[in-house]
Amino acid sequence: MAEELLRKSYQIHGRDFDKAGETASDIKDILKKIGVDAGVIHHTVVIAFEAEMNVVMYASEGTVTFVFTDEDIRLEIADEGPGIEDIDLALTEGYSTATDQMREMGFGFGMGLPNIRKNADEFNIESEPGVGTKVSAVVRLDASA
Amino acid sequence: MKLTQIIDILDCEVLSGKDELSIDVETVVASDGMSEILAFAHPGALMITGLTNIQSVRTADIANVRAVIYIRGKRPDEKTIKLAEVVGIPVLATRLGMFDVCGILRERGLKGGM
Repeated sequence: MAEELLRKSYQIHGRDFDKAGETASDIKDILKKIGVDAGVIHHTVVIAFEAEMNVVMYASEGTVTFVFTDEDIRLEIADEGPGIEDIDLALTEGYSTATDQMREMGFGFGMGLPNIRKNADEFNIESEPGVGTKVSAVVRLDASA
Repeated sequence: MKLTQIIDILDCEVLSGKDELSIDVETVVASDGMSEILAFAHPGALMITGLTNIQSVRTADIANVRAVIYIRGKRPDEKTIKLAEVVGIPVLATRLGMFDVCGILRERGLKGGM
């Protein structure tokens, strides 16, 4: 059983584009200080940043919970937002429901969720339309490839 | 190739990171889509983009990009430049467009970093 060594939660506000990415940057700093492998850090912060952008773009509020154990890094992202009608479609690279404003931010090209899944060793998504979405991702400390 | 050489070739204005221009880059990523850069950029690549908002520098930091060049004479706002200073990423601006910047750098031996 993995032992939890560190846990930190971040509140994310919808439409707060200026602060989007601060959570991922903070997690990057923490992992660098711990001395985690650069590949593991890369996978983790890409997941955190894409998830954070999804909350900022689509939801009204959300939380990112970062858990560091002696075996892996776990990210849980829960938002109060529109939810996703068709999860399989949302996970298809290139599919997007983004607005022009989101695309002007450089996001919303249908790569966010696929990027999260690609960088995770374990990935789960649950969503209820009109309520919100929960994404969890695990990056193992021994899997930097 | 040294970043200082790239600055000369593309006639870049240095907007941040004046003390960090001696770095070497070998690969380049060019896109206005930040997820593409997050998904495919080689660590240490040079990033070329027309997207000048704060997310461009956030993306560069998260993707371990070494330096950013904004094209077509576009300039980021002050808070974006300030973030670049904080995360230690040199930020440059050139008047050339994406096609010319990529073509010139490829001619000089730089490779795609995607």
